[in-house]
Amino acid sequence: MTNAYELTGLRHRYGGRCVVDVPSMQVRTGEILALVGPSGAGKSTLLRLLNFLEAPTEGRLVYKGNEVGHDVPLDLRRKVVTVFQRPVLLRRSVAANVRIGGRIRGERHGGEKTDALLGRLGLAGFGHAPARTLSAGEAQRVALARALIVEPEVLLLDEPTSNLDPYNVGLIEDVVRSENHQRGTTVVVVTHDIFQARRIAQRSGLMMAGRIVELADTETFFTTPQRQETVAFLRGDLVDSGAYIPPPPKRRRRSRR
Amino acid sequence: METIGRALVDAIRLLRELDPELVETVALTLQVTLGALIIALVSGIPIGAAVGLARRLPGRALIVPVIYTGMGLPPVTVGLFTYLLLSNQGPLGGLGWLFTPTGMITAQTFIAFPLVVGLTMTSVQGVDPDVRTQMIALGASNRQVALTILTEARIGVTAAVVAAYGSIISEVGAVMLVGGNIEGETRVLTTAIVLETRQGNFALALALGIVLLGIAFLTNFLFHRLQVRQGGP
Amino acid sequence: MRRRVGPLLVVVLALVGCSRGSSEVGVLRLATTTSTADSGLLDAILPAFEEEYRARVDVVATGTGQAIELGEAGDADVILVHARALEDAFVAEGHGTERFDVMYNDFVIVGPEDDPASIEGVSVAADALGLIAGSQATFASRGDSSGTHTKERALWEAAGIDPDTGSGWYKSLGQGMGDTLNFANETGAYTLSDRGTYLSQQANLPNLSVLVGGMSIAENADPALLNPYGVIPVDPDKGNIDAELAEQFVEWLTSVETQSRIEKVGVDAFGQPLFYPDSEKWRNR
Repeated sequence: MTNAYELTGLRHRYGGRCVVDVPSMQVRTGEILALVGPSGAGKSTLLRLLNFLEAPTEGRLVYKGNEVGHDVPLDLRRKVVTVFQRPVLLRRSVAANVRIGGRIRGERHGGEKTDALLGRLGLAGFGHAPARTLSAGEAQRVALARALIVEPEVLLLDEPTSNLDPYNVGLIEDVVRSENHQRGTTVVVVTHDIFQARRIAQRSGLMMAGRIVELADTETFFTTPQRQETVAFLRGDLVDSGAYIPPPPKRRRRSRR
Repeated sequence: METIGRALVDAIRLLRELDPELVETVALTLQVTLGALIIALVSGIPIGAAVGLARRLPGRALIVPVIYTGMGLPPVTVGLFTYLLLSNQGPLGGLGWLFTPTGMITAQTFIAFPLVVGLTMTSVQGVDPDVRTQMIALGASNRQVALTILTEARIGVTAAVVAAYGSIISEVGAVMLVGGNIEGETRVLTTAIVLETRQGNFALALALGIVLLGIAFLTNFLFHRLQVRQGGP
Repeated sequence: MRRRVGPLLVVVLALVGCSRGSSEVGVLRLATTTSTADSGLLDAILPAFEEEYRARVDVVATGTGQAIELGEAGDADVILVHARALEDAFVAEGHGTERFDVMYNDFVIVGPEDDPASIEGVSVAADALGLIAGSQATFASRGDSSGTHTKERALWEAAGIDPDTGSGWYKSLGQGMGDTLNFANETGAYTLSDRGTYLSQQANLPNLSVLVGGMSIAENADPALLNPYGVIPVDPDKGNIDAELAEQFVEWLTSVETQSRIEKVGVDAFGQPLFYPDSEKWRNR
C-alpha cells in the first residue's frame, strides 16, 4: 500500500503559536481517514496544509513523492479538493456551481456529468435553480458535487455534515463512501461526530492541541483505544460544552422548482 | 411656466424632426461619454479588483485615500488639469488633443476612472472572503480566483458603471475647458445647454436638457436591466 | 440659568438688529456682460455707488443675450450691455425705459505672430476678415450671441462673407472672451476681442498679438471696431423692480464724476484706459 501523504516533523505556527505539530503521519492512498478531536485541536489547519492552501512553517509535507512547499504547481494543487463546513456557493445556478471545478481546469462541457452527479446527490432537476436559494443540506450536497466532478485524487472534508439533518448526513456519507470504493479516492474527513468516523472511516485518529494523539484502524480506535485521552474523548469527557457549534447559515430559503 | 411649456414643445419638435444639429450633438455626446466609459472600465475594473483583492499591498494606506479623493474630484478641476496637460506648453501638447473629442475623452476618462476603481474595489471587498478560499481549494489559479470574485461582485461593478457614466454624461466643466465647445466639432449636450442658456434661449436649452435626461434615463434603464438579469431572483 | 439669559438676549437682539439693518439696504440687480466684470471695471467703480446710496449691487455678469433676457424676465433692475441693435429693440419692445450712452471701448483682431493671412497693418477690419477667409486660416468665433459675437457677425457681413462652421477653418466656440482668447492662443487662430479683455489677459497669451486695431483706441483706424456700452433701466411695470434705485444708478453711472473714474480704470496696469467715458453729461462737460 502506497502513501498519498507523508508528513515528517511537520509544524505550523500562527503568530508564534504552534497549531499543528505532527512528527510523523501517513495518509494511505485510497483510504478514508477520519480525524476527530475537540474544536481548536488544529484539524482544520491540518486539512489546509493537506490542500496546499498554506505551506507548513517547519518539516516536510510530501504528496506522492513530491515535496510540497510554497509555490505548489497548479496541476498538483488540482488533484486535491476540499469541501468545507460551510458550502460557499456562487451567485449562479446550481449546475454552474457544480461545473465551476471543471471550468477551472479548462473543461467546457460536462452537462451530463453534472446531471448524473446531481442525481446521485438527490438534486435531480435542481440544475437551473439559483444556488443561493438552496437549504443548508442541499447547498452542502452541491458543494460535494462540485468537488467530485473534477474526480480528485484526494477529497478533504472539513466537518461536512455538522448542522445537517440525518437524511442529508446519510446521503453525503453514502456518496463519499461509493466514491472511495469506485474510484479509489483518498478521503480525509475531519469531524467532531465520532459516530460518523466510525461509520465511514477505515482508520481514525484523535487530534488534540495540534498533535495526533492516537491513529489506528477505526475498529481498534473505537473498541480498544490505547491512550487515556482517546478513552476520555470517546466517553464524551473532552467534548466541552464550548465545542464549536456553527451558527445557522444565513439567508437560506427553501425553494424547489 | 410658459418657458417650460415652450421648451417641451421645442424638445418634441427637435426630436421629431431629427434636427441634424441635434443629432450631431447627441452623436458626439455618446461618442465622448461612451469612449471615456469604456477606457475607464477596461483600465479601472482590473485595477480596482487588484487593489481590492491584494492581501498585502504596499502603500495601501495611501492608495485607498487617493482613490477616494479621486472619486470626489470636481470635474472642472480634472478639466483644468487635462487642459494644462494637453496645452501647447503642457507635457502632452505635441499630441494636438486639446479642443478635440480625443481630449474630451481623456478628461472624462480621468473623471470616471477613480469612480470605477473605487467602486470596483469596495464591491470586490464585499464578496464573501470564503469564496477565495473555496476557489483556491478547487484548484483555481490567481487569475481565475480574481475573475470569479469579480463575477460575484457584478452587481456592485454594474453600480460602478452606472455611477461613472452618470458622472460623465452630466458633466460640463471638463468638456467645456478641454473641448472648447466648438460647433460641429466638440459641442456636446451639456456645453450646448450652457451656451443656449447664456444666450437666453431658455426653451432650446431646456429642450436639450430633456434630450440629455432621456439619454441618461435610457442608459440607466439598460444598465438596470443588465443588473437585474445578473442578480437573479 | 437666569444669569445666562441676559447675554443671550443681547446676542439675539444684535443678530436681529443686524438682519434688519441689512434688509433696509436697497439691492440693485445689475445684468451685464462679462467684459465689464472681467476687466475689473465694476470692482473699481461700484463700491462708490454702494456707499453713496447705501445699496448693494448684485452683478450677474453673463453674455449680452442672457443679460437682455434677464431684463425681459424682470430678473434684473438695470442692464449694462454692448449690442446696439438688441438694446434698441429692448427699449422699442417696452422692456426698458430708455437707453443711455455710458462708455465705449474697441475691438481688435488678434492672431498668431506668424500671421498666415497677412492681415497685420490692414486698417479696415472687414478687409482683414476677407484675407483670413481667403487663406482659410483658423478663426475662432465667440459663437455665443454676445455683443462681441454680434459685432463679429456684422463685420463678416460687411466683408460679404458668410463663414460656415462646417468649412473647418471657422470655429464657433460658444464660450466667453477669455476662453476664446485661450483657444486662439493654443491653436494659433485669429479672433475678434474687445481690447480690455485682451489687455487684461495679454500676459497669458504669449502666442497672440494685436494685428488690426492698433495699440490703443486712439490708434484704431476703423470706426466699425468701436464698441459702445449702453445702460437701460428695466420697465418698472414688470413688478418687483426697484425703479428708483435703477434710475439713481443710471444717473450716477453717467455723472461726470463716475465717468472720470471709468477713464482711470486700467491705466495703472496697462498704461491705457480699458473704457473711454462717453455719457451725454461727459461729452457736454
